[in-house]
Amino acid sequence: MRRFSYSRPTEVSEALAEAGGEDVRFLAGGTNLVDLMKENVERPQHLVDITRLPLDRIEEIQSGLKIGALVLNSDLAHDPKVENRYPLLSLALLNGASPQLRNSATTGGNLLQRTRCYYFYDVATACNKRDPGAGCQAIGGLTRLHAILGASPHCIATHPSDMCVAMAALDAVVHVESATGTRTIPFEDFHRLPGDTPQRDTTLEPGELVTAVELPATRFDRHYTYLKLRDRQSYAFALVSVAAAMRLEDGVMTDVRLALGGVAHKPWRDRDAEALLSGKAPERALFSKAAEAILADAQGQGANDFKIELARRAIVRGLDQAARGTPQSVTDKRIA
Amino acid sequence: MFRHPQTTPKGVETDDAIRVQLSVNGEPLDLDLPPWTSLLDLLRHRLALTGTKKGCDHGQCGACTVLVDGRRINSCLKLAVSLDGAEVTTIEGMAGEGGALHPLQDAFVRHDGFQCGYCTPGQICSAQGLLNEGHAQSREEIKELMSGNICRCGAYPNILDAIEDVLNDRVSEPRMPE
Ligand SMILES: Cc1cc2nc3c(=O)[nH]c(=O)nc-3n(C[C@H](O)[C@H](O)[C@H](O)COP(=O)(O)OP(=O)(O)OC[C@H]3O[C@@H](n4cnc5c(N)ncnc54)[C@H](O)[C@@H]3O)c2cc1C
Ligand code: SF4
Ligand code: FES
Ligand code: FES
Repeated sequence: MRRFSYSRPTEVSEALAEAGGEDVRFLAGGTNLVDLMKENVERPQHLVDITRLPLDRIEEIQSGLKIGALVLNSDLAHDPKVENRYPLLSLALLNGASPQLRNSATTGGNLLQRTRCYYFYDVATACNKRDPGAGCQAIGGLTRLHAILGASPHCIATHPSDMCVAMAALDAVVHVESATGTRTIPFEDFHRLPGDTPQRDTTLEPGELVTAVELPATRFDRHYTYLKLRDRQSYAFALVSVAAAMRLEDGVMTDVRLALGGVAHKPWRDRDAEALLSGKAPERALFSKAAEAILADAQGQGANDFKIELARRAIVRGLDQAARGTPQSVTDKRIA
Repeated sequence: MFRHPQTTPKGVETDDAIRVQLSVNGEPLDLDLPPWTSLLDLLRHRLALTGTKKGCDHGQCGACTVLVDGRRINSCLKLAVSLDGAEVTTIEGMAGEGGALHPLQDAFVRHDGFQCGYCTPGQICSAQGLLNEGHAQSREEIKELMSGNICRCGAYPNILDAIEDVLNDRVSEPRMPE
């Protein structure tokens, strides 16, 4: 690991005053940043340790629930308000990483974790995300974890988070603050597609700190699931995951939410497919139609072609689990 | 209980070092640490507490699991300076008075919850973290919530037997080879 200087402010304003420089990073749980620093992928000259900032609360607000950026993934998953109103989020969190990692990982860090593309991690290879203009060695290489939707000729990486897939489905809003003010970013606009600037994972500007994530009041506590498919049954990143939630009234689906993980540079939502399902009775044939629509433009890279069919089946199964009100169990790995 | 060199390691400028207070296995320590020191390297290299193991150094195996303020974390991905003021417990701090085995240690021995033993300190600290959390009731739940600890020897069934015993406050018969 390269050397760096370190500070540990206790006020948001102090942290923001130090931020913004290209070689400055915020340190939260460190489970992604420290890992990348060991690999020399991240080489900050200064770390601003934000763990002592007063952003570790889950607050009830008029428009819903406000989750501080420093709330630990484990605390968020087991918070009674979250368990009762947004069990989908608890489920997604408990499907991520390991209990130890969830005890360090924070809400803000999870949002901003970087891709697990093998080439991004290996500084001996060419990667546009690490080194803009260098090329992308993943294309034509090992692509098991890579995108089937929204990729570009410059980058085919996926966003690895489980938490974010649930937050995308729940229409979360990201609160950010910089030395010049505050703003909110709808979740769908927070992460971005790679295009020709894959070095940018999100629309966060340099010097901006995520202070909280807000969940709208609408609760999804009956019809939801988080279905994660991976190479081993726990402690592994998603090949494909599905967050599904809906309301069922008189046998008809309303307010259908569907987000996919492991398939794109951001959690993937398709509003057209959701509209296709809305106002109809839950049926497998209809779920298949929605899956077809979502995956119409899907493209494999060779080694990950299987993910298109896997995603198709996961979407159908996820919608079915949500409609039946039988969310996928975290412990019982059989997929019902 | 253990010796810890208080001198600054070679090659580190004194003004790089940051003063940190930690309690390690009940002993209060004032340390001057370069900020890039992981908790794992602090324990092993500076405090000579080599019970905590380095498997992958990347959060992928759980061998480095310790308890910080009673919660299990991977010490390899934690910068020690960020823990200023915390209480750290390692495998060396688990045994009771006079070296009496901790119930988990005793259960691991009875159930042969290891082969080479390399993952064991992490397994035991992780299991203590699991007990502190209180979210596991069944064997299936223990299994899922111990998935952050890899055992390359594959002692999993015996590790589960040991943790299940302590969780249920019982002493069961060790399984016999088939
Ligand atoms: C072995 C392993 C397996 C994993 N498996 C999974 C998995 O299955 N699913 C999953 O979802 N995740 C998984 N993870 C990733 C894990 O969830 C992330 O590493 C974690 O959420 C990052 O949070 P952190 O607080 O540790 O972030 P840090 O490492 O501290 O920070 C990550 C990045 O976010 C920035 N940052 C942090 N907080 C803020 C803020 N408030 N404002 C602005 N910038 C900020 C930092 O500067 C840094 O660039 C795994 C990680 C490991 C090591
Ligand atoms: S897919 Fe993206 S992250 Fe991976 S090597 Fe290519 S440019 Fe880099
Ligand atoms: S050494 Fe820390 S998880 Fe492997
Ligand atoms: S006993 Fe050898 S790795 Fe677990």
